[in-house]
This record gives sequence, structure tokens and C-alpha cells, in this order.
Amino acid sequence: MKVTETPPAVPAPRSPVTKTDAPAGGPAKSSEGKVLNVFSHGVLIIWAVLVVMPLLWAVMSSFKTDDSILSTPWALPDELHFENWSRAWNQAHMSDYFLNTILVVGGSLIGTLLLGSMAAYVLARFDFPGNRFIYFLFIGGMSFPIILALVPLFFVMNNMGLLNSVHGLILVYIAYSLPFTVFFLTSFFRTLPTSIAEAAMLDGASHTRTFFQVMLPMAKPGLISVGIFNFLGQWNQYMLPTVLNTDPDGKVLSQGLVELATSQGYKGDWSGLFAGLVMAMLPVLGAYIVFQRQVVAGLTAGALK
Amino acid sequence: MQHGKYRFIVGFLAAPLALYAIFVIWPFAQSIYYSFTDWTGLSSDFQMVGFDNYSRMLDDDIFWKSLQHSVLLALLLPLVTLGLALFFAFMLNVGGRRRKNAAVAGVRGSAFYKIAYFFPQVLSIVIVALLFQFAFNPTSGMLNATLKAVGLKSLQPDWLGDPDLALYCVMVVLIWSTVGFFVVLFSAGMASIPKDFYEAALLDGASRITTFFKITLPLLWDTVQSGWVYMGILALGVEAFTAVQVMTVGPGGPDYSTTVLPLYVYQTAFRDAQAGYATTIGVGLLIVTMLFAAIVMRLGRRERLEF
Repeated sequence: MKVTETPPAVPAPRSPVTKTDAPAGGPAKSSEGKVLNVFSHGVLIIWAVLVVMPLLWAVMSSFKTDDSILSTPWALPDELHFENWSRAWNQAHMSDYFLNTILVVGGSLIGTLLLGSMAAYVLARFDFPGNRFIYFLFIGGMSFPIILALVPLFFVMNNMGLLNSVHGLILVYIAYSLPFTVFFLTSFFRTLPTSIAEAAMLDGASHTRTFFQVMLPMAKPGLISVGIFNFLGQWNQYMLPTVLNTDPDGKVLSQGLVELATSQGYKGDWSGLFAGLVMAMLPVLGAYIVFQRQVVAGLTAGALK
Repeated sequence: MQHGKYRFIVGFLAAPLALYAIFVIWPFAQSIYYSFTDWTGLSSDFQMVGFDNYSRMLDDDIFWKSLQHSVLLALLLPLVTLGLALFFAFMLNVGGRRRKNAAVAGVRGSAFYKIAYFFPQVLSIVIVALLFQFAFNPTSGMLNATLKAVGLKSLQPDWLGDPDLALYCVMVVLIWSTVGFFVVLFSAGMASIPKDFYEAALLDGASRITTFFKITLPLLWDTVQSGWVYMGILALGVEAFTAVQVMTVGPGGPDYSTTVLPLYVYQTAFRDAQAGYATTIGVGLLIVTMLFAAIVMRLGRRERLEF
């Protein structure tokens, strides 16, 4: 498979509409096509502006002073105020939030992929009593409202002493990522050919070894798709940490930003808030631009199945 | 061999299943049980109260308000989002200038549009909500500044501060962040529809609008339907909770005008310390979600088209 697929950096230049290269066909039809072409470009550009504008506005504001953010929202910054960024990074603890998020997401992503693929492999490839039951138990988790489980979950975590801890959060993230991961990878493992695994078994490899050395490498495309899906979901997770992780020092990025916004409301450090927002946006947007094709495939895979 | 197989199965399933059972299944089962108790969540003693919580819920004005808002979101959000996404996807794939040998063509730069539209999907809903919270700011936000700039100085809504507008502001944010995903999804579906279908229809004199309703939509129906369920669950679940919690005053205000069911569950449990009652509302939410999915599946059932 291809490693990266660089997106076209610039939109294709739009040729003026006056150029007539309409193919053979009645004049009435080609004019319908032309009107449609202009119209469709019109609405598509409007939506593109609506999507990109708020993001550009945030980037712009992160370099402005509080004063100019409030008085002239649309003006360009008079100079690039990088101190907003360093203030957000140091004083507003964005660096801590980043570190916490990386720890939690890193741990839970590895755990999700490992445990998810193990469960999915067994469910996809082995016949045993209860196979279907366990499969549907996992799948059922996708449709339940998480908020319903959240109240008892808080007390389960409390009793186990896992509240406000990184490893506790990791375990919960893994558990709540399993339904989709198992669902996706089970159907993926089913599509892989059986002959190679059988050959490995004949050569004397154990089940475990076959899984790790033969099946897992073959499942790489599926693991990448579901990995991207889980990475974004866990990186952007807000509800679980809000309830289960209220320790001020252990906050993850999404919580930290909300914290920044609410406390900044009183101090009025808007430029710092924007710097924090852009800071949190950049890694994800950067990753999206570089791995654009895989990200889209990973996120849409779930809806298409 | 057989022995090894079962040991392997148990070994591989034990960890994921244990984790899943402890942190997902067990809390779900417990929440049903707690919904029949007067548990506060603070102390460990509580009593079974039968259906008291449920009858209390039916008399609770805020519950009904939250339910109303949640149902409104679950109905309007998919309608607007999927409508817009279908429209944009159709424009992307069929709205282009005709080229030689092709009855329909995508617009130029469609790859760029798809990349740009998909941006919000990768952003955290928290970031999006914070961004828009500031854009909606009545005195210095982007929106009112724009209105002022184009000469509508008298029209300066309070946006999130206006009880009549606040919920729609939340809705706009959720629509903004999800349309792109469905544009990409539907585009992929539309690209796989054979071009000769359009050619034949256009030769027979059908208009573009007719081809959309007679060819595109029926062939995309499965995707639209699962998108409908997906958006409904989003509107009843985590995304709606996050947007309301982060953006609105209160949160849920002003004057309970934006409170939604998941937010009410959260507030009842962790702010008002009524864990038992909160799980009851959660069960209510579960029922609404199940009903929604069942209705969409039933209404949307059509003959599957193969092509």
C-alpha cells in the first residue's frame, strides 16, 4: 500500500466560464450544464469559505492582542504576538495537558489495537460455544448511550481506586473503544485468506505465534484504519475524562481547553485561549493533511459497513 | 490440538472480555438497577423505591424540556445535515461542466473541496464548540462584527444568550462539524454509480433534478439511512452533550432553553448528587435512542437495489 498520498496543495485553477468547449449536444443542454456548473461552484465555494473561515480566524486571533481581538475581530494582527503562544504553553499549562493526552491516548491506542485484534481474531476464526453471544455482546456496546453507564462507572472506578489516574483512564478508553474495534476487525479477519495461517500451523507454529507473526502483519491495513479512527476518538474524547478525571494536574487536552476558556472568561486572556485552541488543533490538522487518504478511509469505514 | 485451541481462545479472549465486562457491561446493568433506588451517590446506603423515580421523571418539567430539545435535535439535525451533504455531494459529482464522452462530470477541484469539507470532522467537538462560542459572542464575536460590517448594525442578536436562538446556535455548530463527513461518504457512493444510468436518463430528457431523485437517491439509500441513524445517535449522545456543556451558559441555559437529556443526566448525578434519579433519566434516554433507531429502520425499509 502507498505510504502517503499528498493531497493537491492548490485547488485546480478555475477556468473562466466564457471558454466554450462544450461537447457535441444541443445548445440548450450545454447551457443547462453551464448554468449548473457556475451554480455548483458557487455553493461549493460558499461552504468551503464557511468551513475554513472560522479556522483561519482562530489562527489569526491567536497572534493578536486581546484589545484588537475584541475591538476589530476581522483585522489582521498588527504584528505576530508569539507571546500568546508561549503564555498558553507555559502559564496556562497547555504543555501538561499535551503530555497527559499523549500518555493516555498512547497507552489506550496500543491497548485497544492489541486487545481488539486478539478478540476479533478469535471471534472471526474459531468456532466455539458462545462465539456469537460474545460477538453480539461487543457489538451491542456501539448503540448504548454512554452517559447511562457513566454514573455507575464513576463509582466502579472509585471503588477500584482508579479515579483520577492515567492508567484508570486508559483502561476505560480501551473498554469503550472495543465494540467498534472488534466489530471492524472481525469482519476484516474474515476476509483474510485461511491458507497462509494453515501453512504456518503445519510448519509447527503455535496459535499464538501464528497470530502475531502471520495474521497481524496481514491485517495491517485494517489496523491502520481502525487505529486512526480510535486515535481521533480518544484524542478528542471529552465526556469520559470530564467525569472520571477531575484532578487539575491530570487533565487532558479537551478538558484543559474548557478550563482555559472558563477561567479566561474572568481574566479576559482571549489571545491566550486562541493560541491554546490553535495549538490543540494543529497536530490533528497536520496529521490529517499528511495522511488524508487513510484518515478519510478510517473514519468512513465504520459508516459504510 | 483441541486442548491447545481452547486454551488459546480463552487466553486471547480473557483480557478484552474482562475489561469490557467491568467497565461497560457491569455499569450498564447496574444503572438499570440503580434507576429503581433512591441512591444519592454519596453514601453507600440506599433503598429500593420501585417506580418512584419513573413517576417523578414524568412529572419533571426539566425532563420534558430536555426530552423535547433532544427529540428536536434528533429530528432536525439529520434532516439538515444529510440534506446539505447530499446536495453538496451531488454538486461535486454531477454538477461539473460536461466533458467529451461523459454525460455527467464532477466539478473541477472536487478533491480540494472534499479535503476542506472534511476538516471539521477531525477536530474535537470541544475545540469547535469553544471556537463558535466566541464567534457567537454578542459584543465582540465574529458574527456580529460581520453583521455590523455589512450595515446591519441594528441586528445584533444575543445568539447563545437568547433563549429562542440558543438551541439553534448549538445545532449550527453540530451541523457545521458533521456535513463534511457525509459529503465525502456520499461522494464515494455516488462515484460508484455507473455513468450510463445518467446518460440514459439525460438522453430520455430527464432534468438533473429528476436524475437526483430517480437515480442518485435510491441507489444511495442504504448509506443515507445508516447516516440517519448515526446522526440521530450523535444528536442524542456525546456530541450534543459536549456542545451544550461547553457552549451554553449554565450549561443548559439560558432558562433551560438548551438542556438536553444527556446533560440533564450528568447534572442530576454529579451536580445534584441524585445518582439514582439520574440513571432513571438515562434509562429514558436509552428508550428514546432505541425508539429512534427502530423508527428510522422501519420507515426507511425499502427494496435493496443491486447494481
